[in-house]
Amino acid sequence: MYNYIKVTVLGFLSVLFLSSASLSADLVITFDDLNPGPKAAFENAIAQFQKENPDINVIANNGDREEHKAAIRNFLIADAPDVTSWYPGNRMRPFVKAGLFEDVSDVWDANGFHEDLAAIKPTMTIDGKQWGVPYSYYQWGVYYRKDIFDKHGLSEPNDWAEFKNVCEKLKSKGVTPITIGTKYLWTAAGVFDYINLRTNGYAVHNDLTAGKIKYTDPRIKKTFEYWAELVNAGYFLENHASMSWQDAVVPFANGEAAMYVMGNFSVDAYKNAGLTYDQIDFFPFPEITKGVPRAEEAPADAFFIPTKAKNKSDAKKWLAFVARPDVQTEWNKTIGQLPINSKASVSDDKFIQQGFETLNTAAGLAQFYDRDAVAEMAAAGMEGFQEFMMKPDRLDKILQRLDKIQAKVYK
Amino acid sequence: MRRSNYPNYSTAIYLKNKLAISPWLFLMPGIIFFLIYVIIPIFQSIWVSFYEWDGLGQAQWVGLANYVELLDDEYFYTSLKNNFIWLVLYLLAVPLGLFIALFLNQIVFGIRFYKSLFFFPFVISQVVVGLIFSWFYNPNFGLLAHIFTSLGFEPIAILSDENLVTYGIIFAGLWPQVAYCMILYLTGLSNVSRDLMEAARLDGAKGWKMLWYVVLPQLRPATFISVVVTVIGALRSFDMVAIMTEGGPYGSSNVLAYYMFETALSEYGFRLGYGSAIATVLFFIMLIYITYFLFRLYKNEKGA
Repeated sequence: MYNYIKVTVLGFLSVLFLSSASLSADLVITFDDLNPGPKAAFENAIAQFQKENPDINVIANNGDREEHKAAIRNFLIADAPDVTSWYPGNRMRPFVKAGLFEDVSDVWDANGFHEDLAAIKPTMTIDGKQWGVPYSYYQWGVYYRKDIFDKHGLSEPNDWAEFKNVCEKLKSKGVTPITIGTKYLWTAAGVFDYINLRTNGYAVHNDLTAGKIKYTDPRIKKTFEYWAELVNAGYFLENHASMSWQDAVVPFANGEAAMYVMGNFSVDAYKNAGLTYDQIDFFPFPEITKGVPRAEEAPADAFFIPTKAKNKSDAKKWLAFVARPDVQTEWNKTIGQLPINSKASVSDDKFIQQGFETLNTAAGLAQFYDRDAVAEMAAAGMEGFQEFMMKPDRLDKILQRLDKIQAKVYK
Repeated sequence: MRRSNYPNYSTAIYLKNKLAISPWLFLMPGIIFFLIYVIIPIFQSIWVSFYEWDGLGQAQWVGLANYVELLDDEYFYTSLKNNFIWLVLYLLAVPLGLFIALFLNQIVFGIRFYKSLFFFPFVISQVVVGLIFSWFYNPNFGLLAHIFTSLGFEPIAILSDENLVTYGIIFAGLWPQVAYCMILYLTGLSNVSRDLMEAARLDGAKGWKMLWYVVLPQLRPATFISVVVTVIGALRSFDMVAIMTEGGPYGSSNVLAYYMFETALSEYGFRLGYGSAIATVLFFIMLIYITYFLFRLYKNEKGA
């Protein structure tokens, strides 16, 4: 409600503002990340865009991510900016279906994005059209304490048996093998996605999140069987349900836990917790079923043009601008993520390099469970994952419940 | 001439019916706001509960389908059960508040300071109370965990145990609620008639008997208000759940108010019709108490 009022007030003010200054071309861009890195990258890009296009008067708004999530439904209808940041996959689907996002396939055609942004094209596409332009993505995988691995003579595992072996060794030395904090649920979805991708592959992940496969399907049950091996052996951090992902960094940083299935944004948190680059390293989640092509999680962030934008022609200039190789190179260097444009160059940071390698050789890129699945399904699914991690013997009941919700959501 | 008669005529109507019109004029601002912010939304919400609507596209009439779905929704029953537990345990705030009030109702040096200490939890925001208690319960660095370890027990993660979590939140919620009831009783106690106490003492009443037969009856209004406020507080418990667990682990600490928010307005929700159906159910449950409250009030005023 508060946000709604705020948006309405803002809308009212900006109507006043726009009517007085409608002669020069205003371009209102809304962004949603106030963390220092992303904020700086956004501001730099705005400054450069402004310099290249002196005839456009750029008005940049940057706000808190959670507030943005709550406000977007209102401002897309009531008072749309010309460009807004949002996420691809199923996160953009309701807005595309409601006709609130503009079809920007022409921007893709005109700039050769079909080739340059090919990695993320499938998740930007609905009904054969592209609805936004991505500016960044990042890899997921296993971050581990190299110093602890070295101390116990362990090396990066390549398959499931080796992975479990590493876990067992760590546990016998009194180190929790895998740290995780599931209080906000999505971290458990990362583990599920990876075990599922490695057990059944990319197609099954997509079919499951698209509601074409049931949760009680034998293939999905197989995924949970592998997961149960880790849960029942006590390889995950205890009390994970009362911790956020940041809380779970603490045992990782002080050496009580050795591995973390996470996204690359977590590297900052390790550094802030006092770990140095020599102490941490990365490996892609190990193979489970032999011969299943390796697909990865790589959530992307993108810019969209609302249908109710007032200055669509300049908005399209911005979309073309943020996908340019030099802009993506600079932007992603600042935020420590990967550029999507294949012509952009990658920062020489250790983790970015490994992520680039991992994603470039991947057979498919998933967006993450809660972006690939429909929101309501994702909420129930992630609660199910958390419940499974605490009460693995309830698996059948959980899967049946998820089937029931799936039948309702995807009718 | 006619023009000047006109205002006189209408003033005459006003003067004639002054007593009937004036109260309504004074009530008008209140009534208008009450209609806009309370009464009309109630009916809108009931109306929306017959639709399937994501807030963006076209709303689709589904009749009673949302309510039928509720009947078959595990999360709904969990929330309903938790609301019931809240209702029962939250009422403990009333006797606890009474005893603290009785304890503090004495004239000692610095009693105002002690009173303000006991009142303190009611002053701080529910959000802060929720945060403090979630730290208190934290199995890794929380005070409770330290107490458990020092006694030689394994610390319990109260907020991630499906059987304990609701009790943990209610306990946190009781802290400010007890303070509230205490204040209500303290003001009540200051109005307890000294003459009656004297008379009872002369007749040999003391201790429990004095409390039960002489003091408590005089505190009836305070008791009534505390019970009503506590019942309504329990039914609309939202902030504590939102801050401490977000309904988790896996929905086991959900209450109706939070479940409504989760389905209708959270990051993964936006089923406004379904959320409204939950709100409607909650509304009718509350209506039972509100009706009872109004009925009692009416009877009391008639009796007085």
